[in-house]
Amino acid sequence: MTATKAPSEPTQQPAVRRPGDRIFAGTAKASGILILLVLAGVAAFLIGEAIPALVAPAEDIPGGEGLAAYIAPLILGTLLGAVLALLVATPLAVGIALYVTYYAPRRIAAAMGYVIDLLAAIPSVVYGFWGLAVLAPALRPFHQWAADTLGFIPFFAGPASTTGRTMFTVGLVLAVMILPIISAISREVFSQAPALHREAALALGATRWEMIRMAVLPYGKSGVIAGAMLGLGRALGETMAVAIVLSGGAGATLTLISNSNPSTIASNIALRFPEATGIDVNTLIASGLVLFVITLGVNMLARWVVNRRADFSGAN
Amino acid sequence: MSTPTRIAPDAPARPVGPVRVQRRLPRFAPLGLYLGGVALGFALSALTGFSLATAVVYGVVLGTLAVYVASRAVEGRRKATDRLVTSLVTTAFGVAMVPLLSLVWTVLDNGLPRFDAAFFTNSMYRVVGEGGGAYHAILGTLVITALATAISVPIGLMTAIYLVEYASGRLKKSITFFVDVMTGIPSIVAGLFAFALFTLLFGGGVRLGVMGAVALSVLMIPVVVRSCEEVLKLVPNELREASYALGVPKWRTVVKVVLPTAIAGLGTGVTLAVARVVGETAPLLVTVGLITGTNLNPFDGRMATLPVFAYYQLTQPGTATQAFLDRAWTAALVLIILVMALNVVARLISRFFAPKTGR
Repeated sequence: MTATKAPSEPTQQPAVRRPGDRIFAGTAKASGILILLVLAGVAAFLIGEAIPALVAPAEDIPGGEGLAAYIAPLILGTLLGAVLALLVATPLAVGIALYVTYYAPRRIAAAMGYVIDLLAAIPSVVYGFWGLAVLAPALRPFHQWAADTLGFIPFFAGPASTTGRTMFTVGLVLAVMILPIISAISREVFSQAPALHREAALALGATRWEMIRMAVLPYGKSGVIAGAMLGLGRALGETMAVAIVLSGGAGATLTLISNSNPSTIASNIALRFPEATGIDVNTLIASGLVLFVITLGVNMLARWVVNRRADFSGAN
Repeated sequence: MSTPTRIAPDAPARPVGPVRVQRRLPRFAPLGLYLGGVALGFALSALTGFSLATAVVYGVVLGTLAVYVASRAVEGRRKATDRLVTSLVTTAFGVAMVPLLSLVWTVLDNGLPRFDAAFFTNSMYRVVGEGGGAYHAILGTLVITALATAISVPIGLMTAIYLVEYASGRLKKSITFFVDVMTGIPSIVAGLFAFALFTLLFGGGVRLGVMGAVALSVLMIPVVVRSCEEVLKLVPNELREASYALGVPKWRTVVKVVLPTAIAGLGTGVTLAVARVVGETAPLLVTVGLITGTNLNPFDGRMATLPVFAYYQLTQPGTATQAFLDRAWTAALVLIILVMALNVVARLISRFFAPKTGR
């Protein structure tokens, strides 16, 4: 990068700027700026198309109680599913990452990591198929059991769904989908834990777990957090799997296992947009704008955590 | 192991004083205990009405407990905790395998009945019941993905070149940061963006293949930038400096030296980016829609794409429900095969076109 200005002799003449160089550099720079413009454009065009819904009278919005009342249950549903997915996926992903980096036999560890990455390659619509055809029926007994024995907790308030197409099932499907994201990033930071620290711990007589607890986890903590947040961003925006699996849409309830789950922003758009006209389109785009802002915030926070960590480790 | 007891040959067999023997379980004892626990779990499940799910859960829990308790009794707390964590971590990996295997098995099982020649040669034009296929949808997916690639690769590659070869300071930092942030844009939001853009340009209700391509590009560009950037960074600086020393202009150095050196990695990165977007459903659902006939012109009306085809076959079956479900699953199977094939191609590219220089 700095090669051109490296020989800084005082007598050096200014480098010749050839037209080819200028055009090429200009094109490259324009591409970079174009990307920033696209991101700004996403926000701008969404706002532009959402404005009619923002200024419309409350009774024109679907549901008849205004935009906030329309979007609020969807936000609740989005957060419920994504947080459930995160709670399930993060411990599992950390376990997988530890297994692949420090427990699996050396020769097959890379292959095992690749197998986990395959989970990320499967299209989300196929996850929806699987959730609908396999996971939802399989979880039906659990739904009944949870409603009977855990019904006093608001999250498990009955009556239990008889189809299993609930927020609970959705959360598990989402957990499977974000598992590879979290575990990939965790794996990377765990494998970068300084070898000297690890060997020092082992030399002092630590067991493998004590070595991991003292040398690897403190080092990889921020990486795990960042990975979890990237996974959260993915779970918040996941559309097709939720649209196929969830049979919800009625009001704002906290229950995960009954038929009256709130829908999520993304799946609501996917289900209603193809047939929507007029102000409905603007309403859906406004809800998309909310989703965009939420995921943007989560992702920026995650990237900030990652980058801060990169600065630290660069100094070591 | 128990070396402390053999420090002096004439020492008593049992150590005295603070030195304690580290007692260990025999080598295969943990595995045996674990399997014993699993067997007990299966038996317990069989007593309470056998089902595979409860049997596995009981088995894993009891197996882990058996190892922990035995290790705790014989080897002490620290070693027991270590063994417990080993079991937990291995279980976590096993748990992750369950959905993968179950998913692949389900898709194969349901998708193979219609995995025939008719599926690849017929469209859904005037098909209301059995028969029909995804010919139109497969071609539509190829056209739209190719168009998205044609948009994304030049922009993504030039941005990567800018970031690696030219940029410095604040602009570089902000582009890198926002490219990272862009990888997290939900796919449905990308679809809404394309919809809003074309609505402002061409009026409401417009549905075009190219809209889908634009939406996919928003998702694809950051992936292309990131992978190309990583690859270009790996090109040794000596090559660039050798080229400059020969008086070659910078842009020719990039085109003739840097890019050919990195071509394998670039190919891999682009292929993986294609694999990332080829299965995207949501953005195509809101921008391209679906038709039953074959439309290969992305600038003229709705098109059929494989993921959207699969979605509608599943969720809106006609009167012949089973025929629709079969087509949906076969479409899902084709989609998985397509993505896996792209992943394999990416690996092959990086293997066979690996740079001849360097390590």
